Amino acid sequence: MLLEYLAIAVLIVLATVVALIAIGLGGLFGPKKKTVNKSMPYESGMMPIGPGTRRMPVRYYLIGVLFILFDIEVVFFLPWAIVFRQLGWFGLIEMVVFVAILLVGYVYAWKKGALEWE
Amino acid sequence: MIPLSWYLILSAALFSIGLFGVMARRNAIAILLGIELMFNAVNINLVAFWRYLDPTIMNGQVFAIIVFAVAAAEVAVGLALVISVYRNRKTVVVDDLDLLKW
Amino acid sequence: MPPINFNDIEVLLPLIILVIWACLLLLVDLFIPKKHKWLTALLAAFGLALTLGFTLSQLGSESNGFCATGKPSICMVVLDGFSVLVNALLLLTGLLGVALAYGYLKRMGIERGEYYTLMLFSISGMMLMAQASDLIIVFLALELLSLPLYVLSAFARSNSDSQEAGLKYFLLGAFSSGFILYGIALVYGATGSTSLSQIFEIASVGTSSLLLTIGAALILVGLGFKVAAVPFHMWTPDVYQGAPTPVTAFMTAGAKIAGFAALLRVFGSAFPNLSEDITPILWALSAATMIVGNLLAIAQTNIKRMLAYSSIAHTGYILMAFVPYGNPEVAPVSIAAGLFYLFAYTITNFGAWGVVIALEQKESKGLQISDYAGLRRKYPVLAGAMTVFMFSLIGFPPTLGMVGKFYLFRAVLSGGYTGLAIIGVVTSLVSAFYYLRVVVNMYMFAGEPKTDNEFWLRFTIAGAALVTVVFSLVPQGLFAWASRAVLKLF
Repeated sequence: MLLEYLAIAVLIVLATVVALIAIGLGGLFGPKKKTVNKSMPYESGMMPIGPGTRRMPVRYYLIGVLFILFDIEVVFFLPWAIVFRQLGWFGLIEMVVFVAILLVGYVYAWKKGALEWE
Repeated sequence: MIPLSWYLILSAALFSIGLFGVMARRNAIAILLGIELMFNAVNINLVAFWRYLDPTIMNGQVFAIIVFAVAAAEVAVGLALVISVYRNRKTVVVDDLDLLKW
Repeated sequence: MPPINFNDIEVLLPLIILVIWACLLLLVDLFIPKKHKWLTALLAAFGLALTLGFTLSQLGSESNGFCATGKPSICMVVLDGFSVLVNALLLLTGLLGVALAYGYLKRMGIERGEYYTLMLFSISGMMLMAQASDLIIVFLALELLSLPLYVLSAFARSNSDSQEAGLKYFLLGAFSSGFILYGIALVYGATGSTSLSQIFEIASVGTSSLLLTIGAALILVGLGFKVAAVPFHMWTPDVYQGAPTPVTAFMTAGAKIAGFAALLRVFGSAFPNLSEDITPILWALSAATMIVGNLLAIAQTNIKRMLAYSSIAHTGYILMAFVPYGNPEVAPVSIAAGLFYLFAYTITNFGAWGVVIALEQKESKGLQISDYAGLRRKYPVLAGAMTVFMFSLIGFPPTLGMVGKFYLFRAVLSGGYTGLAIIGVVTSLVSAFYYLRVVVNMYMFAGEPKTDNEFWLRFTIAGAALVTVVFSLVPQGLFAWASRAVLKLF
């Protein structure tokens, strides 16, 4: 029964070994020249600006937290959408109630100025 | 099929790692991460039990979804509290929060 | 297509009204100018009173709500005498909480409308807990009541103590939720159901499974954290000391009631078969909580911290009532005594915290026990009320605390737990030492205590003192109500 998964195990081992060999060979035989440009942090080819561990404004966290709160509610929408036709009016009303509660939170955050960047 | 016990062992291990994180780390955010690990270990348990016991009764899955949502709400409150403490005390290390005897 | 079932709505009617009210209050408060936050407090109190009215109108009715299609025995929520009683008690707690908070928030400069909204949300969580008949609802209610409490503990934003208390409460609260959750998952695994009645049925036919026992034990640990039972009490003194005092008052009563409601619902209806394993654990928890709480309270000089340890000790006394929960002959009387004690503790507790609030000054001043010196000379009524509360917490007559302890010890003795009753009596005697120290400070020493004249605060203190004394003379009606309420549970 477990043998079905043997192929995956072999794949994992093989992939690791190949990768290790490639990196090892490169490190062993490749030329090593350290230049300023090479030791710079990689930022998609741009010149890096400022230190890497720059502090984010605290607003960023606020927006992030609000995003999590409203984003996670999608997990309730998805199962609801799947059985939407079977649930009929009952499901629709339930969802309206749910969205209304979310909306209360949204209006509150809005009025409190949590969505303004400045 | 993979036996149920494997999932349970995975979940127990994850829960223990989270528990260790809560006990051993001194940074409030790291403790929060540990708690999240514990919650997610439970989710694995719930979904595994649902699949192996009676897949026609959706209790386990629905519970897992609810745990997601609750965990998100908890993180939101937790991070807000951490930020608020940081503003006051300039630290998030729980050992330094010693105004009250711990 | 499931039809819309109005019975479901009826079962949860008070709760639904409270939640809608809280949501609306959150929005309305946005448009109330800063100077007129008394309006928010008034609206919150009105919502609570309205809900209390609807709750009391449910008296005597029994019903299940949100049941599985075709299986009327598997339900998410339940309405019975117990839930009505506990809900009424919780709403009373909320009203007292609003009354204590109103003047305090203004005096401390932390008056914001969210306070009342958060409190309403927390109470709705507690009420849901009292009506839960499914582990999913138990968890949901637990989080709904805890999350607003975390925020409330940290409500004084510029006060480092309060911030620290909020963070500590949050970290340990979330930690304990993890335990409860894992326990629920294991119970679900052992029985294949999350419905409390289903779990009971499945558990009673098969042989006792280890998975189920471990799950129940983990749930017990988590709930032990929530009600602050020793050895899970470490967070309690810090949080109760750091949080704004009205929040502490609300937490000590409300969170305790909800926690015990959960304990009773989960263990009473799902795990009576496990009582052989669970009862000794409860016995040890109760004994340890009484001993440790009372002994540590002696060393305290800060009144908030002292009352925090006193609250731990009282958790021990109430836990006593739950020890024989699996024995259907003793359990109803015992649980009824526990409920009565919860009522007595709630009233006394709010009164005592009210006096603390009356004497507290800005920047956590006026909170030492020595600050109570000279209270009798300057404010004899306040000192008299505090004396009543201290007597009630010890269990001296003529107070509710004495009657509560009498019922409790009698029930425990009739259950055959003599050792536990002896520990209870001895620790009560020990507790007299630190409670009476406050009284001695008020009456014997000279000092210059200060207090502001706040109508609602004084009204609450006076009311609590009056109820503490008067109801101790006629407790039978209340006890009979509690007995009727729990009878159907067993």
